Amino acid sequence: MKEEILGKKAIEIADMIKKREVSASEVTGLFLERIEKLEPELGSFITVCAESAREKAKEIDKKIDSGEKVGRFAGVPIAVKDVLCTKGIRTTCASKILENFVPVYDATVIERISEASMIVIGKTNMDEFAMGSSTENSFFGPTKNPWDKERVPGGSSGGSAAAMAAGEAPWAIGSDTGGSIRQPASLCGIVGLKPTYGLVSRYGLVAFASSLDQVGPMTGNVADCAAMLEVIAGHDRRDSTSIPAQRNEYLEGLTGDLKGMKVGIVSELSGDGIDEGVLRCFRLTCEILESLGVICEEVSLPNFEYALSSYYIIAPAEASSNLARYDGVRYGFRARDNADSVWEMYEETRTGGFGQEVKRRIMLGTFALSAGYYEQYYGKAQKIRTLILRDFEKAFERFDILVSPTSPTVAFRIGEKVDDPLKMYLSDICTIPVNLAGIPAMSIPCGLDDGLPVGFQLMGPALSESLILNVSFALEEEIGFDAKPQTFRA
Amino acid sequence: MAIEMEDVEHVAKLARLKFTHEEMKKLKRELDAVLEHARVIESIETEGVPPTSHAIPLVNVYREDVCEPSLERDEVIKCAPWAGEQGFMVPKII
Amino acid sequence: MEFETVIGLEIHIELNTSSKMFCGCSTEFGGEPNARACPVCLGHPGVLPVVNRGAVESAIMLALALNCKISERSIFHRKNYFYPDMPKNYQISQYDVPLSVDGWFDIDMGEYERRVGIVRVHLEEDTGKSIHVGESGRIHGAEYSLEDFNRAGIPLAEIVTRPDIRSPEESSVFLQNLRDIAVYLGISDCKMEEGSLRCDANISISVDGKEGTKVEIKNMNSFRSLRRALSFEEERQRGVLNAGREVKQETRHFDEVGGETHSLRSKEEAFDYRYFPEPDLVPLEPDKEWTNDLRAKIPELPQEKRKRYESALLLPKEISSVLVGDRALAEYFERALTEGQDPVELGKWVSGELLALLRQESIPVEECRVEPSGLANLIKLVSEKVISGKMAKDVLREAFDSGERPEEIVKEGGLFQISDENELVGVVDDVIKENPMAVSDFKSGKEQALKFLMGKVMKKTRGKASPEEATRILTERLENQA
Repeated sequence: MKEEILGKKAIEIADMIKKREVSASEVTGLFLERIEKLEPELGSFITVCAESAREKAKEIDKKIDSGEKVGRFAGVPIAVKDVLCTKGIRTTCASKILENFVPVYDATVIERISEASMIVIGKTNMDEFAMGSSTENSFFGPTKNPWDKERVPGGSSGGSAAAMAAGEAPWAIGSDTGGSIRQPASLCGIVGLKPTYGLVSRYGLVAFASSLDQVGPMTGNVADCAAMLEVIAGHDRRDSTSIPAQRNEYLEGLTGDLKGMKVGIVSELSGDGIDEGVLRCFRLTCEILESLGVICEEVSLPNFEYALSSYYIIAPAEASSNLARYDGVRYGFRARDNADSVWEMYEETRTGGFGQEVKRRIMLGTFALSAGYYEQYYGKAQKIRTLILRDFEKAFERFDILVSPTSPTVAFRIGEKVDDPLKMYLSDICTIPVNLAGIPAMSIPCGLDDGLPVGFQLMGPALSESLILNVSFALEEEIGFDAKPQTFRA
Repeated sequence: MAIEMEDVEHVAKLARLKFTHEEMKKLKRELDAVLEHARVIESIETEGVPPTSHAIPLVNVYREDVCEPSLERDEVIKCAPWAGEQGFMVPKII
Repeated sequence: MEFETVIGLEIHIELNTSSKMFCGCSTEFGGEPNARACPVCLGHPGVLPVVNRGAVESAIMLALALNCKISERSIFHRKNYFYPDMPKNYQISQYDVPLSVDGWFDIDMGEYERRVGIVRVHLEEDTGKSIHVGESGRIHGAEYSLEDFNRAGIPLAEIVTRPDIRSPEESSVFLQNLRDIAVYLGISDCKMEEGSLRCDANISISVDGKEGTKVEIKNMNSFRSLRRALSFEEERQRGVLNAGREVKQETRHFDEVGGETHSLRSKEEAFDYRYFPEPDLVPLEPDKEWTNDLRAKIPELPQEKRKRYESALLLPKEISSVLVGDRALAEYFERALTEGQDPVELGKWVSGELLALLRQESIPVEECRVEPSGLANLIKLVSEKVISGKMAKDVLREAFDSGERPEEIVKEGGLFQISDENELVGVVDDVIKENPMAVSDFKSGKEQALKFLMGKVMKKTRGKASPEEATRILTERLENQA
């Protein structure tokens, strides 16, 4: 029973609970047990909500037993990146500055998963304020990669990815500003989707770079990914950048039929700078696509070359402003009350409350916006953004979707890049252009290199989630990726 | 053109962050490296290219002028690191 | 050397929308600190702003009233700086693409008119308030400060003028005119003492037509302090220039008590606002239809109204000024006017007797218990000589206190003026008979005696005698006796 549940899709578990083949309490108990067993070593979670999860499960069981109406995925636990505000559950963003911060409201995404009667089982580890590609920049310590405990799970949603890979939760939620869902999904061998900017509400998502941030599913398979997207997508009047689009029936769209489709292989992201082993898996996957009746051709998006530079101006600039609110006045950490002046209190609070990488990016962003440099850096970066958008538009005239590896490497060793920011930033080289253009993209596991998972990235035009999910669905079937990390058997 | 120590100090002040001299020097090196990389974009021709601040263009998103309940006062204040009955306390401003 | 004072104003008006600029908290003034705050206006992690449509409408109406062009597309920017009363440590404001630009407004200085150019009218959010706690209660010497975020996020319209103003007096008139406009538009109560109207100024002295150095003056909290601060600063800068020195570019605070401006320097403040487009909001693109609807909603504005009162209704300037200066009073006047009475007479009563009563009792004209039609009827009775002006005043007072209609009071009290010759002759003869001393005084040329005798006539008729008739008859009878 136990093994059976842990290996199942989240939507299957939901069905079993509905049919009363298993209770929400049993399911929740099983996952909590697994978390308890793995956590000391893995470190996927910052906060485990054992008590509230058990309580919620009991409530749901009672409702099901008495025939009361429950949400669509009633009783299925979910791991939530600690960047989404959860009322009454501390939300830290893996920062000392929010170490004891308990939000007074729920993020819209949390409201939606609650309406679906899903159970928040815990808040997952991440790079502080989502700034990083390895989950090493966490005040609470790094998360290990379940495939190799010496390696990083990627980041910034590394906790959610690791929790998924290790079977600590049936599904998870992450956020993606420059690749923070897709890159860890790739490094941990799971499925991760960054939706179109504005498809999922950002209300309650602690902002890193507001014009790039999106919340998305991190799941064990494509069907779960589609199902969760159905839950969290949709217009929210509290988010001005939320798209007033019709909600899609993503699950229904998973037909696996790809005939006549044209797929562009992004030249800039499938040659230099990408590891040999990653490329090998990538090419094999493209061949599989062709075998499914898809036409694959190389396509050049020349301005991708400048995406990283543009991103590392825009994201820190927005972050420097978004993170100004952490000042020790209204909430969060304060250095000391008896500072000589409020200015001194600010400096001590922020200097002591933020980690190194966050401070580095605040400095970078503040500089990029400062008088005399705005046009040279921020202004220019915004224009490059336009050029990248146009590259995509042009490519989507010829191709239904574009593909590339998700990450230039497989999971790297803990500590390997932590002292070289630029090298670390290069981990996002394949994922960043998508955020700049606001389009959807996802990563699915496409094989192993040296025993470590490799991710395959699919990118589509704005609001083409159904399309990329369907291609992923067909590929998933065909690839049949069923390798599991060693911890899973522990 | 590398950035000057003075710039780093000015920026730290704007951002309300404090660094030791050693940290400043290290930061300057790191910022230099990132900005050096960013400088490739300087040479790109962007004459007549409009800036993009939102990839998905929306306009005229409003809420109606209707009041909604505020938070209870103790809920407002309970998150604060230092607060009196009335509200948030900060050390003196000047 | 020829000096000319050059002033530009930057004015903030708190818009009286029901809810704040970017969240649903109430904008009501006063109340317990931090009782009107929510995660959005407190800048909690993860919150997002959504623009209040009502605030945009108010700002567009104001911009139209100031002859500005409404931008087809405008955006919000973030103005970044740290201050404890700013929840996010940035203010959402507008920068290089504001809601409206390029307007003008003429002020009437009596002898001349001055056209003041308007650079822009834009929208932004207000900050909270720091309450300095310590012995002095002022920022200097305070031990610590208490932050109240009730005001944080209230919508502000910012109006920036061109440096077209030439004197402190003109500044004050401009600001009063602007206040009147905002009040007429119903978009703000514009109370300087409550901070819903705030004004900063840039002032420089040009020498022989050559532009001078601008000094920014802050902390002028009343029309009087605006005039005082700018007059002081004008003199100070002239003094500096006369002494052959240079005016320093700086920000100075006006000190109400000393009547002087002081240089405000703080080594802690670093000014570099790092403006960039607010990524959490989308552009405003008001369409023609919306703008036209709003234009149609603009009522007759004070300047036009004053012109109409003076040229069409022939009201004297003093009366039109009083009426126009108070939108509600002008409305009252216009409602009374529909009853067809003489506008000048009506104007006199509204701006005189009625206003005096309202002020005496501190009652806003909206709550006045005398209906406009009631006042008009009262005046009608006077003009028809049914009652005297003196009686009318008493009736108005009674109506004002009791809420009864004036014409009813007149009727019930039998307060008709006695103009009947026979009746009056009887009374006058009685008075003459009863007061021989006064009569002889009158005859010996003492004018005072006539007044005394008139008083007796009025007393006998309980004030109902028509004064003109009674005086005529009394004089006639006295002279006939001689």
